[in-house]
Amino acid sequence: MASNLPPKPTLEHSTTTSGGLAHEHHERPRGMLRWLLTTNHKEIGTLYLIFSLTMFFIGGIFALVVRAELFQPGLQLVQPEFFNQMTTMHGLIMVFGAVMPAFVGLANWMVPLQVGAPDMALPRLNNFSFWLLPVAFTLLLSTLLMPGGGPNFGWTFYAPLSTTYAPPSTTFFILSLHMAGISSILGAINIIATILNLRAPGMRLMDMPLFVWTWLITAFLLIAVMPILAGVITMMLMDINFGTSFFNAAGGGDPVLFQHLFWFFGHPEVYIMILPAFGIVSAIIPTFARKPLFGYASMVYATASIAILSFLVWAHHMFVVGLPLVAELFFMFTTMLIAVPTGVKVFNWIATLFQGSITFETAMLFALAFVVLFSIGGFSGLMLAIAPADFQYHDTYFVVAHFHYVLVPGAIFAIMAGVYYWLPKWTGHYPDERLGRWHFWMSVIGVNLTFFPMHFSGLAGMPRRIPDYALQFADFNMVSSVGALMFGVSQLLFVWGVIKCVRGGEKAPAKAWEGAEDLEWSVPSPAPLHTFDTPPDFKPVTH
Amino acid sequence: MRKTLAWIMGAGSFLGLASSTLANGWNMPAGVTDVSREIYSLHMTIFWICVVIGIVVFGVMFYSLFRYRRSRGAKSANFHENTSVEVVWTAVPLLILVGMALPATATLKRMYDASEADLDVMVTGQQWRWHYEYLGENVSFTSSLSTPRSQINGEEEKGENYLLDVDQPLVLPVGRKVRFLMTSDDVIHSWWVPDLAVKQDSIPGFVNENWVRIEEPGIYRGQCAELCGKDHAFMPVVVRALEGDEFDSWLAERRKEAEAEASGVDREWSMDELMERGEQVYGAICATCHQPDGSGAEPTFPALAGNEALLNDRDRHIDVVLNGVSGTPMAAFRSNLNPVELAAVITYERNAWGNESGDVVQPSEIQALLEQ
Repeated sequence: MASNLPPKPTLEHSTTTSGGLAHEHHERPRGMLRWLLTTNHKEIGTLYLIFSLTMFFIGGIFALVVRAELFQPGLQLVQPEFFNQMTTMHGLIMVFGAVMPAFVGLANWMVPLQVGAPDMALPRLNNFSFWLLPVAFTLLLSTLLMPGGGPNFGWTFYAPLSTTYAPPSTTFFILSLHMAGISSILGAINIIATILNLRAPGMRLMDMPLFVWTWLITAFLLIAVMPILAGVITMMLMDINFGTSFFNAAGGGDPVLFQHLFWFFGHPEVYIMILPAFGIVSAIIPTFARKPLFGYASMVYATASIAILSFLVWAHHMFVVGLPLVAELFFMFTTMLIAVPTGVKVFNWIATLFQGSITFETAMLFALAFVVLFSIGGFSGLMLAIAPADFQYHDTYFVVAHFHYVLVPGAIFAIMAGVYYWLPKWTGHYPDERLGRWHFWMSVIGVNLTFFPMHFSGLAGMPRRIPDYALQFADFNMVSSVGALMFGVSQLLFVWGVIKCVRGGEKAPAKAWEGAEDLEWSVPSPAPLHTFDTPPDFKPVTH
Repeated sequence: MRKTLAWIMGAGSFLGLASSTLANGWNMPAGVTDVSREIYSLHMTIFWICVVIGIVVFGVMFYSLFRYRRSRGAKSANFHENTSVEVVWTAVPLLILVGMALPATATLKRMYDASEADLDVMVTGQQWRWHYEYLGENVSFTSSLSTPRSQINGEEEKGENYLLDVDQPLVLPVGRKVRFLMTSDDVIHSWWVPDLAVKQDSIPGFVNENWVRIEEPGIYRGQCAELCGKDHAFMPVVVRALEGDEFDSWLAERRKEAEAEASGVDREWSMDELMERGEQVYGAICATCHQPDGSGAEPTFPALAGNEALLNDRDRHIDVVLNGVSGTPMAAFRSNLNPVELAAVITYERNAWGNESGDVVQPSEIQALLEQ
């Protein structure tokens, strides 16, 4: 396959720059202080990405503990108390520590470059948003060592299991989530301010690359829902420490209220983790199909529709809590409606491929796998939307399969595609294609071995979040565990590939990919520390 | 050659594994009620719709990937819009969805009609067992996992119904409409039997409704579906469906037993009788948290063995068991256990594992407290 790849663009273009490039105009601190005090969007972007990768591995190890225990029926390696902490921490770390910071990291690097801005609009705030995260997650991880253990009530932390019945460390869990939430809100404000104020002259909103568009919408979602998360965990804090009874039925409280609040945050949160992925894929597919994105405007409208609908579907997570019939029907219909704009996106990507001139660099492989596997997650999502059938699917491995399909080969594959796509811009070197392909195929096989059998075990009746299971689920679980190990180990290839690319490799010109059109490809590779000190001359591409 | 052989053997064992797995069930069961079959047919309809859409969409995608490869000399076109195509692929999915929503709505309406039931059963979730009460029949009991710990820990071979067996199954009549009223004493649980297509959260402070009309006698197994703490995996649901007349005689038998038990309250019980009964109750109810040897699991579940505070204060001990401790996982057992069971378990806790208080708590004493 290597021979099928096109020749890389020649290096001659690499001196082409648009906009002015700043000189080193001030002394910068060296060593650790440089990273602690940096206000540069590229450095902060790198910090976010490294942090996210670290969390990805920690969360991954927790997942492997879970899968190892589930390798066969019976309790072998861990006790249920610890197993519950592992499932909970795996979810929390992956959602708040790996996927979200990875997207913020990509936004930090790429949004200013794609809109022709010299930096993020609020650089010091940017530094603060990042450094909140290591503190928050160190605190969260340290709860595992506290008496009574860490959070053990699932990443959805339903009350009263997470309040009256929770371990004493729950207060620290709340504090760490507060910090992560503040970080997200500040990051979102920064991204909005950058996009709305610092675009290159002449760049209208409808000229922006889709990654910028999807992040703009995501940032509004973050600002809308993170305060609700903050509210609900504060109510938990009060119930635990100050004798209130928001969620305690014995004191007149309402455990179902917790779920309404959580999912009013939680469902938009799901889209926060997928919209930027749509943006990345919408950049990569046109590049390697050498053809403009099909239906740019409808992509923007579809993203906005998904975001708006995300506020109207939260109770589809609660079909079996005893909602009245009209509520079940309303949430079933709105949820099914989401399939329409999502479908539009998939159709647009495929129409972009149609009559293109396609090559299969690693970034493209991941983007194509995203389209297929995310769609499979979409199909199971459509099935879950059917409320009567959800009485059978709810809280089973079918749900686990569904959301892992949209999050792992969905969000995470898109992040990896983005990394392979932009690595030449970050490092000045092309990633090793052979290594990339190994990483890709191992990941695709691993992911499907892990998560596809979960559809079957779920339909056959296996509930989620159990450390031990009945014998009829044994074969499926064994396959899942083998797949998980394979997927986990193959991520070491990713780390190796990235390190290799940072240290050297084939030199990349400014426009590293022949079909890439956006502004980031007009600055040299690697991008100098300061870019676009004077705004670039922006000419709209035909969208 | 050897490599090929290894591949064939590998593929063979994979297929063998796959077929044995498929034989064990890999799809939603159609179940044994009208509603469960309707749900199954909705599930299969939406599944096949997804399969057809998937074949068309991925078909076009893989055709494009193959046909328009650069290595095959493909030159890219430059189109990027087509209003009529975009209208079509927005409208067609919308129509498919409407077609799907109509039957789903009809089924949901049927599921929500729990009126005119022949029998009401109150289902109460407790960490980590189910309590069933046949409303108006004076029959109630607790149903907990009967799979021995040694099977879970791998010291003994796992039985056929590993983790799906209980000491006392819920017994229901065939052909009658049974209404479930679901609630919980502690955290949220979810009562689920796939063959009956009933899954309903049991939530403290709420009473949820669901119903079933079972069509075939048999044993139907399920599990708690909502994470409810450490033994979430170990609170199965087993339903035994009997023909109407068999059910009636079973219920009459249970009613007689309950009356006999109630009369036991008035007599004087010996220490040995109470200890024997108390050990049973402790094993079924208390041991999951406080451990079979009374050692507890600090900091959440205090040790009972050598617990001076309890041993020195008999009234407090009785109060804790009857009324629970608010703000902690300790539930109130006054309405879940009868006076004999309460007296026996308190006596047992005060005299087992080296606790030598010598105290005897009589059922009549508990009865008096309950009536206050």
